[in-house]
Amino acid sequence: MWYFTNDRPIYVQLIEQIGIRIVNGSYAPGEKLPSVRDMASEVGANPNTVQRAFSELERSGIISTQRTNGRFITEDKEMIAKMREDLAKEKIEEFIKVMKDFGYDAEEIAKVVANYAAGKEEA
Amino acid sequence: MAVIETKALNKKYGRIEAVKDLDLSLEKGQIVGLLGPNGSGKTTLIKMINGLLTPSSGELYIKGFKPGVETKLAVSYLPERNSLPEWMKVKELIDMFVDFYPDFRAEKAYKMLADLDIDVSRKLKNLSKGNREKVQLILCMSRNADVYALDEPIGGVDPAARDYILRTIIQNYNEDAVVLISTHLIADVENVLDRVLFIKNGELVLNSTVDEIREEKGKSVDALFREVFAC
Repeated sequence: MWYFTNDRPIYVQLIEQIGIRIVNGSYAPGEKLPSVRDMASEVGANPNTVQRAFSELERSGIISTQRTNGRFITEDKEMIAKMREDLAKEKIEEFIKVMKDFGYDAEEIAKVVANYAAGKEEA
Repeated sequence: MAVIETKALNKKYGRIEAVKDLDLSLEKGQIVGLLGPNGSGKTTLIKMINGLLTPSSGELYIKGFKPGVETKLAVSYLPERNSLPEWMKVKELIDMFVDFYPDFRAEKAYKMLADLDIDVSRKLKNLSKGNREKVQLILCMSRNADVYALDEPIGGVDPAARDYILRTIIQNYNEDAVVLISTHLIADVENVLDRVLFIKNGELVLNSTVDEIREEKGKSVDALFREVFAC
């Protein structure tokens, strides 16, 4: 499912959501991406918006264009792993910031996260 | 050269000013939302673009031509209400479009109709309301036009049909064209638009890309519309 919020440009959200599909394997390394128009039709977005998202992803090297064949996800698994780490880091930073606002210090945060991950409800 | 250009364009009906001093320049390759409440002048502007109405004053050019014979062939128009002969079979309508418009791609129309399981040997009047609307849209989008002027294409249909209509527009417009979609159902169309024009009492009050609105104001076009047109 593609879902867009109202507060940010669609192309930014599209870059993120394609990125998530790449790191979680929905788009496999080396897989061909849909054409701009097919993608636009699938996600219900404007073709120029999709083009813009594709261009940004191409600039970062995560997808590449093979002249007449179309666009492909990189086969560089290290690059995908790096992207996955970057996405995780971004989320962790957001989370830590919120937790610090709640008055938790680094040690407490580590503890509640470890406990939660272990399936416990309470810290 | 702009695909659609207007300079101080006016249309009056007696003392009523339906379109007032409109200055506009739309480049190719855009899907443009013409947004405004009922009675704001959207249909009047579209009818001037396709040559059905004559401006009271000012200038209007479609690819550099004043509305006339050349621009009839450049503009593919979807009227708000059905304007096709209801007694004709879908197949006959396609033949008629082939005769009228050299840019009409019949094989494209047949494929889209087949995808929807619409029987082309049926008369338009015997189709459901939703399918009649889809047939009209398919005929309009099967042309290889410079301007697609769509007057309320998603007005009278259910949400699933809306999605179909928007997907059909995305899949079929000529990428060097301007697609002009008039509507007041903004939330449904805003993700497919490059640019929005807000029109209020015949005047252009906003001309901006959707990305600009979201980046600068941090809100959707729908939310901005509600502010600008608050009653």
